[in-house]
Amino acid sequence: MSVAANIPGCREFNVDHVRADFPILGSMIHGRPLVYLDNAATTQKPRSVIDALVNYYETSNANIHRAVHQLSERATAMHDAARETIRRFINARHVEEIIFTRGTTEAINLVAATYGISASSSNNSIIITAMEHHSNIVPWQLLAERTGATLKVIPIDKDGVLDLHAAAALLAEGGKILSIVHISNALGTVNPINQLIQMAHQHNIPVLVDGAQSVQHMKINVQELDADFFAFSGHKIYGPTGIGVLYGRREILNQMPPFNGGGDMIRTVTFEKSTWNDLPYKFEAGTPDIAGAIGLAAALDYLSQFDMEAIAAHEHDLLTYATNGLNALGKIRIIGNAPEKSGAVSFVVDGVHPHDLGTFLDHDGIAIRTGHHCAQPVMDYFNIPATARASFGLYNTREEVEVFCQSLERTIKILS
Amino acid sequence: MMNADLRDLYQEVILDHSRKPRNFKPMSGATGFAKGANPLCGDECTIFTSVKDDLLQDLTFLGKGCAISQASASLMTQILKGKSRQTAEHLFNLMKKMVRDEATVSEIEELGKLTVLAGVKNFPSRVKCATLPWHTLMAALEHKSEPVTTE
Repeated sequence: MSVAANIPGCREFNVDHVRADFPILGSMIHGRPLVYLDNAATTQKPRSVIDALVNYYETSNANIHRAVHQLSERATAMHDAARETIRRFINARHVEEIIFTRGTTEAINLVAATYGISASSSNNSIIITAMEHHSNIVPWQLLAERTGATLKVIPIDKDGVLDLHAAAALLAEGGKILSIVHISNALGTVNPINQLIQMAHQHNIPVLVDGAQSVQHMKINVQELDADFFAFSGHKIYGPTGIGVLYGRREILNQMPPFNGGGDMIRTVTFEKSTWNDLPYKFEAGTPDIAGAIGLAAALDYLSQFDMEAIAAHEHDLLTYATNGLNALGKIRIIGNAPEKSGAVSFVVDGVHPHDLGTFLDHDGIAIRTGHHCAQPVMDYFNIPATARASFGLYNTREEVEVFCQSLERTIKILS
Repeated sequence: MMNADLRDLYQEVILDHSRKPRNFKPMSGATGFAKGANPLCGDECTIFTSVKDDLLQDLTFLGKGCAISQASASLMTQILKGKSRQTAEHLFNLMKKMVRDEATVSEIEELGKLTVLAGVKNFPSRVKCATLPWHTLMAALEHKSEPVTTE
């Protein structure tokens, strides 16, 4: 199966060729070919990312911004180039708007601990949604405890769709920030992010977009979005673990105090007072994950060979195919039926606990996630302890979805 | 077809206890009770005990969770009824050894009916499912007011 690229110069998206780029996809699990459907938790890595890490450590490893020796200059150049690759990938205006973090979680914590503390606004509210991951709830609760800010939550409906009327009403009351997930990891809902950003900006409320589940599935252009902050994780976009990105508009980042204190983030240090380095280094204390940044850039280079539209179309086909397959099995209730979904399908089987499903599927070589997906308020809203979730990446196939549905059907027969 | 490890774990006895858990009810006049939870997977378990003269006169449970945790709780309530607190603690220790694959042959024999849970030893991620009811029971016997977790 292949989808012709419509951008000249792009590599044609052919899933068989793509699969050959990912060494782990040839693995056997319990004697069966691996069917990896846990991409919302983390994605597998293409050979080019693995090679970039190995190559960096074999030929260029040194600390950056420190020494005059050649290896340090080489490592620094590679790290700088990685930042530029990321800027280009999300179309940020300035390279210094790209802050390296350990992941989406740290990026949100950074904003909460700096912008959240310092920014003055007429209304101290922090606005999130009922479908947030814990990483976009708890940092704001910690902030609220420190500053007395109020956490306000935009509700969702039974399909897992955001209540835009309630959003409009909450935003009209004003607030310090709207921090919102782009695509829900637990429900697959794609939020109307452009509209929400416009609505928030009408009330002068800056917006942080949690892009952990979106940047790998669709083309992100932070300037077109007009997002004030955009956070994502490297390991969910075919890059290494331990590296992530906070994009922030330069004007806002310049006004924010530093996050961690330490080396690299300072201009001068005396025991009386220190002054801060320029962006992006102000937010990057200590030796960063140099290899991780280089690996992430390799992952983005890998994706950039293709037309993101072709990847999105392929993944959407898998999601639709899986949804139809699950519905055909009966006995299954899909959690999250928003008209706009991407990447993941969550479901429960009446009378069968998701963990038992997960163990049976594992023995057929199928990796899915079972649990609350770090979104306990979502589980509480739907009054379920956990769900099973299949989530897709660019290398998954319809054949894998069929293996998944067949295994599920056998499992339900045994367990129910 | 089911693989041997999987067949060992999900024996018919286990499935039967998870579908029709025994002693699945609250207890009025309980002398002790405790709530247990596995925060990572959302399993919940409440154990009620009635202890007299150091004997577990009665024990019941409520909860929701996977087949392993439900069956383990159901079996535990059956096995321990009428046993002493010391026996309960002893069997819990043997259970822990069995599911971690550290038990001797004679220790496994001592566990009697509970050996249907021996298959858990091949599934390290499921050990906490099997032990949650036991951890909760120990808290109930100690009258712990704080919810216990397996983490």
